[in-house]
Amino acid sequence: MKEIAVVSGKGGTGKTSFVAAFANLSSSCVIADCDVDAANLHLMLDSMSVEKKQPFYSGYLPQFDKNLCDNCGMCVRKCRFGALALDEAVNFTPILCEGCGVCSDVCPQTAIVLKEKRVGEIISYQTRFGPLIQGKLDIAQSTSGKLVTSVRREARDLADAANIDYLFIDGSPGIGCPVISSLTGVDLAIVITEPTVSGEHDLERILKLCNKLAIPALVIVNKYDLNLDQTRKIKETSERLEAKVVGKIKYDRSFYDAMSERKTIAEYFNTTTALEVKKIWQEIENVLT
Amino acid sequence: MSKRTIAIASGKGGTGKTTFAINLAYSVNESVALLDCDVEAPNTHLFFQPVINDSTVVNVLYPEIETEKCIGCGKCKEHCRFGAIILLKEQPLVSKELCHSCGACVLACPLDLIVERQRPIGFITNAHVNLPLNSIHLIQGMLNIGEARSSALIDEIRKMEIQEKLHIIDAPPGTSCATIAAVNRADYLVLVTEPTPFGLNDLKLAVEMAEKLDLKTGVIINKADIGEAPIKNYLKEKQIKVLGEINFDPLLAKTYSEGRVIVKELPQYKPIFEEIFARIDEEMSR
Repeated sequence: MKEIAVVSGKGGTGKTSFVAAFANLSSSCVIADCDVDAANLHLMLDSMSVEKKQPFYSGYLPQFDKNLCDNCGMCVRKCRFGALALDEAVNFTPILCEGCGVCSDVCPQTAIVLKEKRVGEIISYQTRFGPLIQGKLDIAQSTSGKLVTSVRREARDLADAANIDYLFIDGSPGIGCPVISSLTGVDLAIVITEPTVSGEHDLERILKLCNKLAIPALVIVNKYDLNLDQTRKIKETSERLEAKVVGKIKYDRSFYDAMSERKTIAEYFNTTTALEVKKIWQEIENVLT
Repeated sequence: MSKRTIAIASGKGGTGKTTFAINLAYSVNESVALLDCDVEAPNTHLFFQPVINDSTVVNVLYPEIETEKCIGCGKCKEHCRFGAIILLKEQPLVSKELCHSCGACVLACPLDLIVERQRPIGFITNAHVNLPLNSIHLIQGMLNIGEARSSALIDEIRKMEIQEKLHIIDAPPGTSCATIAAVNRADYLVLVTEPTPFGLNDLKLAVEMAEKLDLKTGVIINKADIGEAPIKNYLKEKQIKVLGEINFDPLLAKTYSEGRVIVKELPQYKPIFEEIFARIDEEMSR
């Protein structure tokens, strides 16, 4: 079983569209949607049924007993995240709470109890290409890395049990915590980029991250005909950071049509995009064997 | 004039936040501070030739434990809710990347063996760009590669004493803690979206975030002509103001791809951004 993470650095380059296409073209797969802030894969894949939903807990939320509280303000002084304030009573702002539990630890009246905090959910779907395990983070939550790790574990268990060939991970934009968790231990990273100054800058950062984590990377330049000069710069940057450009796709409105029609870009048989994506997938398979 | 903060966010990545933030900053008639809080992948500096004034390293705290005197009671591990401390043969081991700098372990150690040290996670660059009609004070955060504490860096940017009265914040994509740190307490939130199923899905999440933070919100629909009704119907239903719509323009895309400022290279767009700012200004004062 090979694990492939699709990442980008820059947002909006087409990660999810490519994950759907690879899932389509692969022999057998499980998909992990690890773009937990804004999970979208379920929208792209048609004929889906929800198999199960599991709440995901991480960290704690303090519960305040106003009867025991004597307004000493110790919790307010020790909270480093600005989640507590003292007016006539203790004022708690949940959205700023990081769940560290310091308030509970320091309260002299033991008026603060910690309860496990639900921060998101893991949804398992059956799609026409195989199982999809999706992580969704609740609004404003942190610890996305932990959720990504749990989603990956669930997807991997499923893939191992059913002797599946590929596990595709749809990653988040950026290079932070959820991306790091999406990349650790995968066999290959596919970096989707665009031929813009911003795209090239972010490509450099994500490739450096892949190098730091010792993950081999391949690059796909999406919408390459937008700027041939930038496409060339991207090829240079990729090679400098030991990644090969495995394919280039022209700007193609079928990316948008595919979203609306719940198809993958590989299913628009008469487009150059579909042919190029098939070629790219064959190359990826070669690299992995 | 009083201080006004306009935050630019989106649920989905790649909708045009940075492009919008830069061009808005270019189109106002006063000095403006542009805060690039997309610290994992900041891009604003690519569109200007900024004069860099200074660069400050941003540190976070991590615990250092005097292991020689440690009795292996495990209280530090027990009180760390982030799993950043493990016990290896009764000796505590700290994983700095998982540490949230909360101080729980320091308070928990019965022998006071834990001190907090600083380690760098990134830096903040202070620069300025002089333009014919105004100046832009560019403040940009950049997270070190491999670090996960984006919101700690963003908090430092937001805490800065800044002279300019008008602040424009370029937020990271998404709706989690990093984005919250960037947009919290802004006077106005602009959500940049695109009329596609992904765009709409993520816009709904961003609106939920805005509601939780009680922020006045308006929307810019970018690449407005590539999709249809569902997004506009949703906005109408939620009574969220559409501040402007920008159609897909290959010339705009090309200009952006070269790292150039739209309103500078394609002057026909300047009045569009000026009008959008006027609408935001009006909405802010309601």
